[in-house]
Amino acid sequence: MKYEEIVHRCFRCGYCKLAGDYSDFNCPSYRKFRFETYAPGGRMWLIRAWLTEEIKDSEHFKEILFSCATCANCVQQCVFVFSEDLVNIFIAAREEMVNKGMIPPVVRDYLKNIYIYGNPYKEPVHERGKWADGTPLEAYDGQEYFFYIGCVGSYDERGRKVAKAVANLLVKCGVSFGILGAREICDGNEVRALGETGLFQFLAEQNIALFKEFGIKKIITLDPHALNVFKQNYPGLGGAFEIYHYSQVLAPLMQSSKIPLTEYQSRITYHDPCYLGRHNGEYEAPRRILESIPGVELIEMDQNRENAFCCGGGGGNFFTDILGGGEDSPNRIRVRQALDTRAQIIAVACPQCAKMLDDAVKGEGLEDTVEVLDVAEIVTRALA
Amino acid sequence: MKDVARTLADIVGEQYVSNKPEEVYFYARDPGLMPAHKPDYVVVPKTTEEIQKIVRLANNEKIPIVPMGAGMALTGLVIPLKGGIVIDMKKMNRILEVNEKARYVIVEGGTSHGLLKAYLEKNYPRLRHSIPDSPATATIAANVMIHGQGRLTQQYGFNSDMVAGLEVVIPSGDICKIGSCSLSLDWFSKGAPLPDLSGLFLGWFGATGIITKVALKLYPRKKMRDVDIFVTDRDDLVPDIIYEITHTEMVEDINIFAQPLPMIFKDNHHITIFMTGDTDEELEFKRKMVWDALDGFIKSKDGGFMSVSTAMKQTLLDMPQRSVSRFADVKKGGGFEYSGPIILVERYPECCRKLVELATQYDLAYSAMARIIGRGHCMMFGFSFTFNRADHDMMERARKALHEVSEYALAVGGVFWKPTVEEQKMAIEVMDPTTRNLMKMIKQNLDPNGIMNPGNWGVT
Repeated sequence: MKYEEIVHRCFRCGYCKLAGDYSDFNCPSYRKFRFETYAPGGRMWLIRAWLTEEIKDSEHFKEILFSCATCANCVQQCVFVFSEDLVNIFIAAREEMVNKGMIPPVVRDYLKNIYIYGNPYKEPVHERGKWADGTPLEAYDGQEYFFYIGCVGSYDERGRKVAKAVANLLVKCGVSFGILGAREICDGNEVRALGETGLFQFLAEQNIALFKEFGIKKIITLDPHALNVFKQNYPGLGGAFEIYHYSQVLAPLMQSSKIPLTEYQSRITYHDPCYLGRHNGEYEAPRRILESIPGVELIEMDQNRENAFCCGGGGGNFFTDILGGGEDSPNRIRVRQALDTRAQIIAVACPQCAKMLDDAVKGEGLEDTVEVLDVAEIVTRALA
Repeated sequence: MKDVARTLADIVGEQYVSNKPEEVYFYARDPGLMPAHKPDYVVVPKTTEEIQKIVRLANNEKIPIVPMGAGMALTGLVIPLKGGIVIDMKKMNRILEVNEKARYVIVEGGTSHGLLKAYLEKNYPRLRHSIPDSPATATIAANVMIHGQGRLTQQYGFNSDMVAGLEVVIPSGDICKIGSCSLSLDWFSKGAPLPDLSGLFLGWFGATGIITKVALKLYPRKKMRDVDIFVTDRDDLVPDIIYEITHTEMVEDINIFAQPLPMIFKDNHHITIFMTGDTDEELEFKRKMVWDALDGFIKSKDGGFMSVSTAMKQTLLDMPQRSVSRFADVKKGGGFEYSGPIILVERYPECCRKLVELATQYDLAYSAMARIIGRGHCMMFGFSFTFNRADHDMMERARKALHEVSEYALAVGGVFWKPTVEEQKMAIEVMDPTTRNLMKMIKQNLDPNGIMNPGNWGVT
C-alpha cells in the first residue's frame, strides 16, 4: 500500500481529532461514532493492523475507512511531520480495498453509477446541462473562463439552484464565460477520494482532453470539490489550467461595486467548505463577498476557517451517507454550532454543503429559525 | 455473554457498544510498550446513571471494568488485563459549573484538559488550571487519578492536590461524593476539614471506583507569560540552582530538559523557567529576582541564560506543549515511553548519568525531562526513550532499559509515577507491610468481587 512506511508512525496522541483551540472534537466521523477507531489515529492503527493481518476485512472496517469525510482537520492539527499525508493515507487504504473489491455497497453503487452513467444520480448524460435551461448562458466558445458545474450542480435540485444563482451573478458582473452543458464530465474528486484510482484517472484524462480540445485556459468552478481536484490532482496528469472558485472571481468584482446592491438586513454566519478552506487555503473570498452587501452582519462560529467543523459531506459521504442520521451526524452538529451565533442565515460556498446543511436544518426542526443559502443566493437577494 | 451485550446496549444505546474486532484491537493497547489484552466489550456512556448501571451489571456478573480517558499514561493503565468492559469516558465531557470567586470548576469525568483550557480562556479569562504536557485530549479525571503534574505544579503541587471534590461510582454502583460536596452544595475542598477520603480513589487507577465528576481548583491567570532558560553543563549544580530559583517564589513552573541532539544541546541541562505577570513591571521584577538568585553561577561561569528564539519561546509557552508528542517520531517510529519516578531533586545528577548509561547500553535515543514539584520538594524525572514501532528489536531494548530504570529508581529512593503493573508489584513488595495491608483492606472492602481495573494495585 502507498504510504505503508508511514502508518506505524502515529503515536495516537489525539491532537488530530481536536479543533486547534481544543474547544471540541473536530473530526466528523469521531463525533458521530465516538469510538477511537473512527478518529484519524484509530484509522492509522487499524490500517497497520489490517496490513499485518491482525485484523481482517470486515463490513465494520469498511465503514470505519469510508466514514472519513477527508475534511483534513487531522492534517491541520496533527503534530507530526507526516501530517500532510494523513488524508492521502486513508485514501490509499480505500484504494487497496477497491482493488480487492472490498467496499461498502453504497460506495460500490456510487462508483458504478459514475462509471455507467457519468454521474451518481443515474441521470442521462444529455440532461447534464438542463440546469441552465431558461438562462442566457452561452456554450463555451473561447470566452475568458469556462464555468465548470459538476455533478451536484448539474443534477441535484438544490445544487441546480446554486448553479443558477452563481451563473446569473457572473453574467451580471460581466464575466466572460461559457459552459459545456451536456459535454461536461464528472471531475472525479469523490471518485479519487473513495479510492477508485483507475476510474479517476479515466475521468481526469477525459476532462483534460476535453478542456484542451476547447482551448480552455481558465476555469471557474461552482463546487470546491472540483476546484480541489483540478488544482491538486490534474496537473500531475498533464492538465495545468488556471483554476478559480467562483467566490474568488466574484469577490474583487463585488468589492469594486461592479453591481449595485440594496441593503439586505441579515445576520449571517459563514460555513467554510473543507475543500475550499483547509484543502485550498481560501477562507476570505466568500467572506469578502458577504461583507460587501450593505446591511449584512457577519458573525463567526467558534469553529471557523482552519478550525471549521465539516458538514460531513466530503470524501464521498455526500452520496454514501455513512455519516448521516441522528443528532450526532456532522451536518446537524454544524447547524447547532451555527445556531449558537443566533444567525438567521448559514452561508455556504459549496452546493454539497448547501444540501447537507439544508437537510440538517430540517432534521433539527429549525426551518422557521435559520436558512441555508449559498453566498451567491444571498447576493442575488440584495441585487438592486 | 450475549445477554451482557444486549444489556449494555440497553444501557448506552446500540451504537455505543462494540465487541467488534476493530474496537477490540484498538482498546487492547495503549501507545506505550505494554503487551495488549483484549477487552470483551467497549462502551461509550453519556451519563453517570449509565455508568452506575454498567458497574452494577459488571458487579453482578463479575465482569472486569476498566475506565479510560485518552489512554495517554503510556504505562498500560487502561489496558484490560483481565478482559471485560472498557468504558471510554470521553463522551461525558460537560463543564458543569464554574465558581469564579471561589475559583473552582466542576467537570464530568471525561472532560479533557484542552476543553477546559478553551472554555476558561473564552468565558473566564482571569482563571486557569494546571495544564499537563500530555496531549490536550488527556482527561482531567484520569490525570488526577494518576497524580499528574502540570504547569502550576511547582506552585501548588501535584494536579491531584488541586482537586476540590469528587463524585465516584463505587463498585456497588452507588454514587459517593468526596469532600465538601458530600454535605454542601459547594465543592471547595476534597477533604479538610473532614477526613480526606479522596485517597481512596486518587492514585488507584480506577481499581476502587470510577470518577464521574471532578472539582478542580482554578488559579489566577496573569496577562503575560514568558520563559527563560538557564543552561549549565554541570549536572551536579542543578539541585543548587533549583534551590535558589524556588527560594525566590517568583516562578510559575520549572522544567529541566537534557538531550543529546541537536549537538549544541549535548551535555547541557536546560532549566526552563516560566514566569507570569499582569504588567511588564511585575514580569521584569520577577525576572530580576531570578537572575539575581543565579548570579553566583553566572559569575563562576558555571551557567548562564541562553538566548531563546521566538520560535523556541512559542514552542515552550504552548500549553500543552505539543512538541512533547513529537518526541515519539524522532526515530520515525511513532513511539516513546518514559519511566517518571517521583524523586528528590538532589538525585538529578545521578538520574541523568543513569539515563545516558542505559541509552548507550541499549542503543536508544533518549531525553531527560524533569518537572519540579512544589518548592523543590521533589521532582518527576522522566527517563524517556523513543522507539520505532516497526522495529521489534528496538522496542524490546526500550522495554529492557525501562525495566532497569525501574530497579534503579527504587534503589535510589524514588517512587514510581503511574507505574506499570510490574512496577506496582515491585512497589508493593518493598512497601511497609502495614501500609500494604491497609491498601489490601481498602481494595477488598471497596471491591470485594475484584471487578475494578483488575491487575492494578493487586495487593495480595
